[in-house]
Amino acid sequence: MDEYLILTLNLIAIFSLASFPFLNSKKLGIASLIAITLQVILSFVLAFQVFSKGQLFYSYSGSFITGTIPIKIDYLSAWFILIIGFTFLTGAWYGIQYMKKYQEQTSNLQLHAITYIVTFTAMIDICIVQNAIIFLIVWEIMAIGSFILIIFEHYKKETLKAGINFFVQSHISILFLTFAFIWVKVKTGSFDFSAITEYSALHPSMGIGLFILFFIGFAIKAGFVPFHTWLPLAHPAAPAHISGIMSGVIIKIGIFGILRMLSLLKTDFTVIGYFILTISIITGLYGVMLAIIQHNLKRLLAYHSIENIGIIGMGIGLGCLGLGTSNQWLIIAGFGGALLHTLNHSLFKSLLFFSAGNVYQFTHTMNIESLGGLIKKIPNTAWFFLIGSLAICGLPPFNGFVSEFFIYNGLFKGLGSNDFRLTLTMLFSILALVLIGGLALICFTKAFGIVFLGTKRSELKTDTDIETTNRNFPLYIIILAILIIGLLPFLFSSALVKVIGVFNMQQEPLLLSPLHGILNQLTSIGFYSFGFVLLTAFVFLLKRQIIKQRVRKANITWGCGYVGKTNKIQYTASSFIRTYRKLIEPILYIKKEKENVDGIYPNQIHSTTHPYDRIEHVLIDKPIYLFKKILNRFIFLQNGNIQSYILYGSIFLITAILSPILISKIIVLINFLNQL
Amino acid sequence: MLSFLLIIVASIFFMGLVVRTKSLASGRKGPDILQPMRDIVRLWRKGSVYSTTTSIIFQIAPTIYFSSIIMAILMIPHGNIPGIISFGGDFVMFAYILGLGKFMLIISALDTGSSFEGMGASREALFSMLVEPAFFIIMGSLALFTGHTSFHEIFTALNYGSYISYMIGTLATFVLVLIAMIENSRMPIDDPKTHLELTMVHEVMILDNSGFDLGVILYATPLKFAMYGALIANFFIGSVSLQISIPLFIVIQTVFAIIVGILESFMARFRMSHNPQFIFMLTSISLLIFFGVLLVLGKFI
Repeated sequence: MDEYLILTLNLIAIFSLASFPFLNSKKLGIASLIAITLQVILSFVLAFQVFSKGQLFYSYSGSFITGTIPIKIDYLSAWFILIIGFTFLTGAWYGIQYMKKYQEQTSNLQLHAITYIVTFTAMIDICIVQNAIIFLIVWEIMAIGSFILIIFEHYKKETLKAGINFFVQSHISILFLTFAFIWVKVKTGSFDFSAITEYSALHPSMGIGLFILFFIGFAIKAGFVPFHTWLPLAHPAAPAHISGIMSGVIIKIGIFGILRMLSLLKTDFTVIGYFILTISIITGLYGVMLAIIQHNLKRLLAYHSIENIGIIGMGIGLGCLGLGTSNQWLIIAGFGGALLHTLNHSLFKSLLFFSAGNVYQFTHTMNIESLGGLIKKIPNTAWFFLIGSLAICGLPPFNGFVSEFFIYNGLFKGLGSNDFRLTLTMLFSILALVLIGGLALICFTKAFGIVFLGTKRSELKTDTDIETTNRNFPLYIIILAILIIGLLPFLFSSALVKVIGVFNMQQEPLLLSPLHGILNQLTSIGFYSFGFVLLTAFVFLLKRQIIKQRVRKANITWGCGYVGKTNKIQYTASSFIRTYRKLIEPILYIKKEKENVDGIYPNQIHSTTHPYDRIEHVLIDKPIYLFKKILNRFIFLQNGNIQSYILYGSIFLITAILSPILISKIIVLINFLNQL
Repeated sequence: MLSFLLIIVASIFFMGLVVRTKSLASGRKGPDILQPMRDIVRLWRKGSVYSTTTSIIFQIAPTIYFSSIIMAILMIPHGNIPGIISFGGDFVMFAYILGLGKFMLIISALDTGSSFEGMGASREALFSMLVEPAFFIIMGSLALFTGHTSFHEIFTALNYGSYISYMIGTLATFVLVLIAMIENSRMPIDDPKTHLELTMVHEVMILDNSGFDLGVILYATPLKFAMYGALIANFFIGSVSLQISIPLFIVIQTVFAIIVGILESFMARFRMSHNPQFIFMLTSISLLIFFGVLLVLGKFI
């Protein structure tokens, strides 16, 4: 039965591949929505079956190259299938409305719809397949699929450039994965994932090396610093719904890969835990530090994805330390936090990207500095963005808080350990997590405040009909999910505990006391959040009652420099973060262009800042620059002269033919000399 | 419940005491102790002016700010009597719910479109971000010292009789007093009485609020002070009986108010650019507390 579910899911993808090229733009939208909805329903049925009946195993016979292809849908797969399915479904709904602007590009749209479905199918397959070769093939399909999705507007140079950057980096990721799988294949002779477990159980120290190879491969996809450089380019280039699913789930598949390998490997988890925790702290802090100084809304959100990957990574690292030191609290809090934050981030990040898409189609710009006062023009979008911002800052009563609370809980429990190193690590992780939270608050007060509040900062040609219910329906669904997790987090605890059990295979069953502890806390958070909502509503009603009888007047903002009623007087995004920028300047890389005011009647002056990524500069740009410099020495070879090329060819042929003869002669000579 | 009532009562007299101390220190007689509260009540009964630039955010933000503080107060215990809400890790929720209030206040300042309020919002966002690590490390050290993770359990378990917990309490008091000064935008960081654009943080953010909203925001300050005062009191109350703990609470709140008044009278405010260093200093002091706890517990290597 379950085999057929997966089979039908894949068949739908193949069928749409065959039929979409014959549809026009209008039918295409409906067809792709039907196809993706069917697929998502199938995958949901599959996932719910796993959660209710237990894990599924079966296998295909495969070919002589691959060996048998085992399929395993465990709780981890099911959890990720749910996340992926939900985000792709809302993404498709939103995307169809978003793509109406591009209706005349029929063939482009056809390709887009096909790759959307194929990418979804590939991602579901990644979650369940247990054979290295098939895994790499579906991984490659996903990578190419997302490349095509990103470059929808391929006639723009920027987009194409970002797409190619993504393409190259995702292939470096595949290279690392291939190395790791080949290593296992050479040592054990099997492509089966269970070979990884066998091999690492025999050689635990080799397991760490193997894990690091896998980690680099998956980290490039997930966007851990310093492998993150494709992410801030690709996200702004893609259409909004694609940015949403990229940030929501495609980078999460990297997290899935890391978690999958952790569930397979048997090695020293303490070392791995410290390793992941360190990288994640750097990722989280660096991501949010750079996010603040971005003035492109989508780019800002992209850097926040890096930050959130850092938070998820902190959870994973904590869980690994728990495995290494057999601390059940840490395992549950760490992995639970990481898994829940994966779900949460996919929700609020897609919400934020979709509402940024609304902003883009309304104003045709993503530059925060030139936006302003949008809450009066597109109020619903403003509310979506506000809820997304509050959730991503981890503020109660929204969902981001619940997962961050998990991680905090683990960190504070970890403080009490007897290992001095562990205590210090926990302390600095707490520091990092608090700083990340505070910096995110700066960033989103800036993003929301400047884009949606105040008055407009420049003349924009605005579009109409952005705020139809039809268009915003998927966003309401996402908000519903966010509120459910925020207010009723205990609904998810039983599923989470099952998923966490996947990592615990070599140890005694999970103890009950930490489980109950966490469960109680989740219930308390839920009640508390309800209480907060009720109290706020109560105070608000009280205020309504009181001010009903009072005089209320509308006037312009209180004088003191605002009397001219010019919009230019408002605070801008750059000025909002100026104090922060001054503080952080030694660490980051910010280019400033400024003209000073002079004369009694000064001319117009400009001041622009260009934030740049220092790690990208050191690790990518500089090596490429040096490489190019060396290669430029040989540029004379490419002179466009056909005779020269023929000459190169003949030189090559002659060397190829002569060198074996020459070598054999030399060997004869050496032998002769030896005999003397 | 007891703690909640005590904090509300303390908040009514708090600002009056501060103002009185300041007046006495500068050789004036000063207003009645209840005067600041009377001003607030009068504001609650006034009509209001809303800027045409603002949106609904501006109208709901003060309400959310106020209720976030009330919710935070609900969590604070009185010695071994837990607050109305108490669960493991509640101090994380405490800090984050206050963060929500701050978020709303900051964006409501940006909503007016005034350059001053943007300035205040920017400073408030940065300073409140910098102050948070200090609070978390103090709570972390206490959690490490007692092995518990909720306000109530921590304060009950703080072992009295041993002078070490008093020492930690005293150091933590120092940090908490300064945190309260920063969170409430008082003297060394922010001077509510100076000229607007140069130096103000909090006061400049609420320029456009009026009537009920302004009253609520102004009342939040003594509430927050009393809240931190209650936290400080908890370092010393422990599990003593109510006959002693309630007077002790009142004494501590009074002393706290007088200290705030004295600090404001005799200290000059810092240059704005020196504030981050000063706030970072708090984090390093709380790190010292943490290492002190490690030393006491014998966990150093």
